[in-house]
Amino acid sequence: MSGVTTLLSRIGFSVRSSLADIGEATRLLGRLLVLSPVALARFRLVSDQIFFLGNYSLAIISVSGLFVGFVLGLQGYYTLQRYGSSEALGLLVALSLVRELGPVVTALLFAGRAGTALTAEIGLMKSGEQLAAMEMMAVDPVQRVLAPRFLGGLIAMPLLAAVFSAVGILGGWAVGVLLIGVDAGAFWSQMQGGVDVFKDVGNGVIKSMVFGLTVTFVALLQGYFCQPTPEGVARATTRTVVLSSLAVLALDFVLTALMFSI
Amino acid sequence: MQKSRHDLWVGLFVVIGAVALLFLALKAGNLLSLSFEPVYRVSARFDNIGGLKARAAVKSAGVVVGRVTHISFDDKSFQATVEMEMEQRFAFPKDSSVKILTAGLLGEQYLGIEPGAAEKTLLAGDVITQTQSAVVLETLISQFLFNKAADASNAPADKP
Repeated sequence: MSGVTTLLSRIGFSVRSSLADIGEATRLLGRLLVLSPVALARFRLVSDQIFFLGNYSLAIISVSGLFVGFVLGLQGYYTLQRYGSSEALGLLVALSLVRELGPVVTALLFAGRAGTALTAEIGLMKSGEQLAAMEMMAVDPVQRVLAPRFLGGLIAMPLLAAVFSAVGILGGWAVGVLLIGVDAGAFWSQMQGGVDVFKDVGNGVIKSMVFGLTVTFVALLQGYFCQPTPEGVARATTRTVVLSSLAVLALDFVLTALMFSI
Repeated sequence: MQKSRHDLWVGLFVVIGAVALLFLALKAGNLLSLSFEPVYRVSARFDNIGGLKARAAVKSAGVVVGRVTHISFDDKSFQATVEMEMEQRFAFPKDSSVKILTAGLLGEQYLGIEPGAAEKTLLAGDVITQTQSAVVLETLISQFLFNKAADASNAPADKP
């Protein structure tokens, strides 16, 4: 009898605590969205975060973009030349980068490079009781610490995704045109004929904005609600990468189904 | 607001991102092909449009002079109605004919407009009556096979 009640109370506790977690996360997201325009007034803090999240990610993003472009060029050519349409290489490289790989791979790299840094920074601030000290001085830590980082991530991520796609297309061009010898005119004209500015490039930008919001929010959430111990910060950092990667991939499916299904 | 040493680099980052977006829009997406020229709308009826799609090009002598805007099915005449926007600066005779052509052997389909000889020009809302449907590969093959069969059945009859 007591075994049944223990089991029941365990189920009840886990349901109640997960509901509480969802509620806290939603409240934090709401406060961040409300406080973001306020944080924009002190643009100094936001621009420091853009520097920290964006500029430092530029190297890894552009190098990865270049190599992804190289690989797309090689693999795409291998399949296309079987059907005698290797001129469509530019279209293949551009569409796969602009629609999918640009936003998604950038978001995954961004989660690993910038999201972890955000979580660790805020987790350490919490364990060092800096956030509590701010509250004691009547400074809202969500407004002073979290909102500028949120905005910084939101601004940096679409720019990084655009850099990734552009560098990737140049990489595909380098492999396809310079190395393999696809006709340069056909490479660009097929690309321009098949890529729509609003449907493809525009939807890619919207995707990268959504992913930027997701990754930054998950990182801030994990940092803000982590256990203020060394193990807690370590666990929160790991969870940031796992959760934001999964969220990005799942959201990508939903967004693709909404945007590109016929 | 005091300046910070980050300002230069943040500015550079934002500019690089903007340049990348511009590159995607202009070089990959060909934003320049979006024209804001004044247009006039005409329509044409086809028995079969094959694989023609909205936003396909309307070309005359190989030069793009307009775009297909809308394709619908007319359940009175059981024909396809193709509406297109022609650029205002290009006027065509009223008895011009349109046909559905294919770029390359397996390329995408587009409309070719061939000027007629009439004095009057096409105006907004006009319907082009002289049309030529898309070439459907299956029909071609079946015609070819039918002719072959006809030849084969005629040939023995001639011999005796």
